Amino acid sequence: MALLEIKGLRAKVGDKEILRGVDLTVNVGEVHAIMGPNGSGKSTLANVLAGRINYEVTGGTVRYDGKDLLAMKPELRAREGLFLAFQYPVEIPGVGNAYFLKSALNSIRRHRGEEELDAMDFMSLVTEKMKLLGLEESFLGRSLNDGFSGGEKKRNEIFQMAVLEPRLAVLDETDSGLDIDALRVVANGVNTMRAKDRAIVVVTHYQRILNYITPDFVHVLVNGRIAKSGGRELALELEKRGYSWVDEAAPGPVAAGP
Amino acid sequence: MVTKAELEEKYSAPQEYKHGFVTDIEEEFAPKGLSEDIVRYISEKKGEPGWLLDWRLRAYRHWLTMKEPKWANIHYGPIDYQDTYYYAAPKKKPANYNEVDPEIKAMYEKLGIPLQERAALAGVAVDAVFDSVSVATTFKEKLNELGIIFSSFSDAVKEHPDLVRKWLGTVVPFNDNFFAALNSAVFSDGSFAYIPPGVRCPMELSTYFRINAANTGQFERTLIIADKGAYVSYLEGCTAPARDENQLHAAVVELIALDDGEVKYSTIQNWYPGDKDGKGGIYNFVTKRGKALGRNSKISWTQVETGSAITWKYPSCILQGDNSVGEFYSVAVVNNRQQADTGTKMLHIGKNTKSTIISKGISAGHGQNTYRGRVQIHKGAVNARNYSQCDSLLIGDKCGAHTFPDIEVNEPTAQLEHEASTSKIGDDQLFYCQQRGITPEDATNMIVNGFCKKVFLNLPMEFAVEAQKLLAVSLNLEGTVG
Ligand SMILES: Nc1ncnc2c1ncn2[C@@H]1O[C@H](COP(=O)(O)OP(=O)(O)OP(=O)(O)O)[C@@H](O)[C@H]1O
Ligand SMILES: [Mg+2]
Repeated sequence: MALLEIKGLRAKVGDKEILRGVDLTVNVGEVHAIMGPNGSGKSTLANVLAGRINYEVTGGTVRYDGKDLLAMKPELRAREGLFLAFQYPVEIPGVGNAYFLKSALNSIRRHRGEEELDAMDFMSLVTEKMKLLGLEESFLGRSLNDGFSGGEKKRNEIFQMAVLEPRLAVLDETDSGLDIDALRVVANGVNTMRAKDRAIVVVTHYQRILNYITPDFVHVLVNGRIAKSGGRELALELEKRGYSWVDEAAPGPVAAGP
Repeated sequence: MVTKAELEEKYSAPQEYKHGFVTDIEEEFAPKGLSEDIVRYISEKKGEPGWLLDWRLRAYRHWLTMKEPKWANIHYGPIDYQDTYYYAAPKKKPANYNEVDPEIKAMYEKLGIPLQERAALAGVAVDAVFDSVSVATTFKEKLNELGIIFSSFSDAVKEHPDLVRKWLGTVVPFNDNFFAALNSAVFSDGSFAYIPPGVRCPMELSTYFRINAANTGQFERTLIIADKGAYVSYLEGCTAPARDENQLHAAVVELIALDDGEVKYSTIQNWYPGDKDGKGGIYNFVTKRGKALGRNSKISWTQVETGSAITWKYPSCILQGDNSVGEFYSVAVVNNRQQADTGTKMLHIGKNTKSTIISKGISAGHGQNTYRGRVQIHKGAVNARNYSQCDSLLIGDKCGAHTFPDIEVNEPTAQLEHEASTSKIGDDQLFYCQQRGITPEDATNMIVNGFCKKVFLNLPMEFAVEAQKLLAVSLNLEGTVG
């Protein structure tokens, strides 16, 4: 079943058209990797899916679980199970990690018609997930991402994902800035999330993480369009030959940008 | 999707002022305007002794020589002191709670103020000031057993004239400033508390101020004394009906702590702030000061200021006793056209005196928020220490935050530390929260509460919950997250 269907998606940031006709279908149970050069529009795609303001959709459609994703408010998308692990997680001083996550979880549970978790149940859920990601207990008491190291922020994103159990997770360069051990822990966290009814989209520059999280498909985004798609081996090929090779090999005419 | 413009619109949308109703009871007014006759009228109405009338008259005559202060960062039209009623009282003066006018009882119930003895459950003793007079004091007898005096100011003048005479004006003299002089001349009522040596007051004492009548100024006077080794925590709350004219509120609060004594004073100020265009609202010009007179004594102010069109208020501490401690914890919120100029003064006189200032200003809509602080270390205040932290949070880009910290050190052994920050709730923060399923309103609420946490921690529990709710109402953020 198609969980996400993107057709001819175009989007502008400011005056600049960044996405210039993206087509992508992600079925439940699949893991997709999106690679591509700096500035090609990977984060833009992730932000457009999540509904960030100032990202103006100028064409195309996105269906999520059969519904018109672009018509939903960002918080509704999240409650419907769309999760974005941010490339640059935001710091919110004064707001406790645990408090934030509990509010998020309960808003999603309310939306699903489930009972809100009380502090006790929440703690036992969270403790289990923290072990999975090798996080210290003290982590919960700290302010959200406030003063976290780059690696801690990334771990926190995956920890939140593990607690919120989304249906579609988009991980934007979660592997960047992680040391080898952290990479393994985070990849392991993502792998335990792989499930028949869930899909994961991994945005990355490095095929290294794909050694741990084996994707079913690999796509290359160049200049706002998916220039090439393939299997696991495409990532290895890219690592050897770089992106310029894809540029040249791009199938079909690429419409000239404005 | 919520755009920034929509959010800003929402924040500056007319706020719902829940306490804006008017109670329909018969009130008795003094003639409009201010003169020596009015001062005499008020004093006579209250059956005051000669010394107090003299004191009022001296204050009045001094006031005539003074000018309204203009140094604060607030802007308002001229106040016509002759166009105000200086005394309004319910016609039927009750002898005890059962005789309180049912309309007034109903009003306090509507406000959620526990006036009745059965409010023992709430654990709060309340003195309620309705316009100019105190309508009921609960728990009086229970407190009497411990030797604690808690009554309206007028009753204290009658029942404990020596105590009142001994302390009145010792912290805020009648000639202290323009508004304090005005208050000293025409104050109509207020609360009085005295905690005898060694007694820890077992419950929060509370005053609830309410301006009901139109064109009436409220000038209450509060005097609280913690004798040696005594402790008291005092709460003050206030509301007023929504009216189109501005109403003047010029209160004076004096706190005194003797050796090892402590007074903790918490305020939730929710006077009517005016409408979204700045029409109406209370002009709040208040002088609050505590004197840590004895050794090891402590004065602690906590304030949550969400109301009033104009706030001019600097709860201060005179740290006279050696080892005495002063604290000021403040949250001040301005939205729409509200203006606040608030802060504190810490005067270190005794040795080893210590003060802490935590000020959190939140500005939204077109609100203007000013922190004004002064830390003064006198010569001889050996090892005095001060820690100040002033943070401002901006919501939207039409509001303003200003800080004027001022430090004067005349003692080389003093240690001072000052931190300040200004932050803005960013779109990226809101989006991050939204991406986790949290609405922008709830996210803002969460960020605001996180910002104020250090201050709220100092409020008694029930008050902290109340303060959080009030903040959400003031910023139009009533959401679903509990
Ligand atoms: N707010 C913005 N205003 C103007 N241009 C922007 C904005 N955000 C992104 N862009 C531009 O859009 C283009 C695509 O950016 P995007 O972040 O999507 O790239 P990316 O593929 O994620 O790159 P990277 O691999 O470096 O993360 C870039 O040229 C970037 O400068
Ligand atoms: Mg990116």
